[in-house]
Amino acid sequence: MTTFDVMFYLFAAWTLSSAAIMVFARNIIYNAIGLLFTLIGVAGLYVMLGADFLAATQMLIYVGGILVLLLFGVMLSQRFTGLEMRTDTLRLWPALLVCAGVAAIMIRLIMSNSWSVSTAPEMAPTVKNLGLLLMTDYLIPFEIVSVLLLAALVGAAFIARREAR
Amino acid sequence: MSPVGLQHFLILAALLFALGLIAVITKRNAVTVLMGVELIINAANINFIAFARYLDKDLDGQVFGIFVIIVAAAGAAVALAIVLNLYQRMHSVDLDEADSLAR
Repeated sequence: MTTFDVMFYLFAAWTLSSAAIMVFARNIIYNAIGLLFTLIGVAGLYVMLGADFLAATQMLIYVGGILVLLLFGVMLSQRFTGLEMRTDTLRLWPALLVCAGVAAIMIRLIMSNSWSVSTAPEMAPTVKNLGLLLMTDYLIPFEIVSVLLLAALVGAAFIARREAR
Repeated sequence: MSPVGLQHFLILAALLFALGLIAVITKRNAVTVLMGVELIINAANINFIAFARYLDKDLDGQVFGIFVIIVAAAGAAVALAIVLNLYQRMHSVDLDEADSLAR
């Protein structure tokens, strides 16, 4: 067991256990906090995969942006009459069975395939090369995504606004 | 135990995907279903980055990972706007009750 292996299993346990809290907790705030720790764990896995810029992006956009947005959604869509903030589950056991089946099939596929993997390259900073790629090979998708973000901004503001009566 | 490689990351992503799927199909609260969707997106993203590191040895996978995060952010914003609109109309975010187009 190298340090890399130990770190991987630590992050894997962290991510999966907080994801399980997110899925199985009944209190919706616990769900959100479970998702928070899952996203942080995924950022750690990105670092282990040598994606330093992506890990920072994950922390900024997911943890700092999307999660706060989800918490806003939770707070604005509950009736605070009493302390009731439960999320019911519907037909949990059949769903567990189906999802365990899906996971088993995927894991079996992953194990049975012999990926032609050689050893991973040395980790190197990726920021400069990512910036170059975004400004050369991926310039068109980059611009399209900026238009998409503008459309999402306008659309979200339009949909969420209270209708004048 | 074999040293940690591509397969370990793929299996972890598969388990995360399955957990997200459970949240999507069992939860009744629309916001929690959205959290499940975010979990699934993250699982897919781990696969992108793992393949980029172990098979491609290039940064293309990471660029796609960035695009995935951006589109997920846009999707979350619009989906939450829809959830809030639903709440204003139905006074509930229970997906079982959102079965009518009437005002």
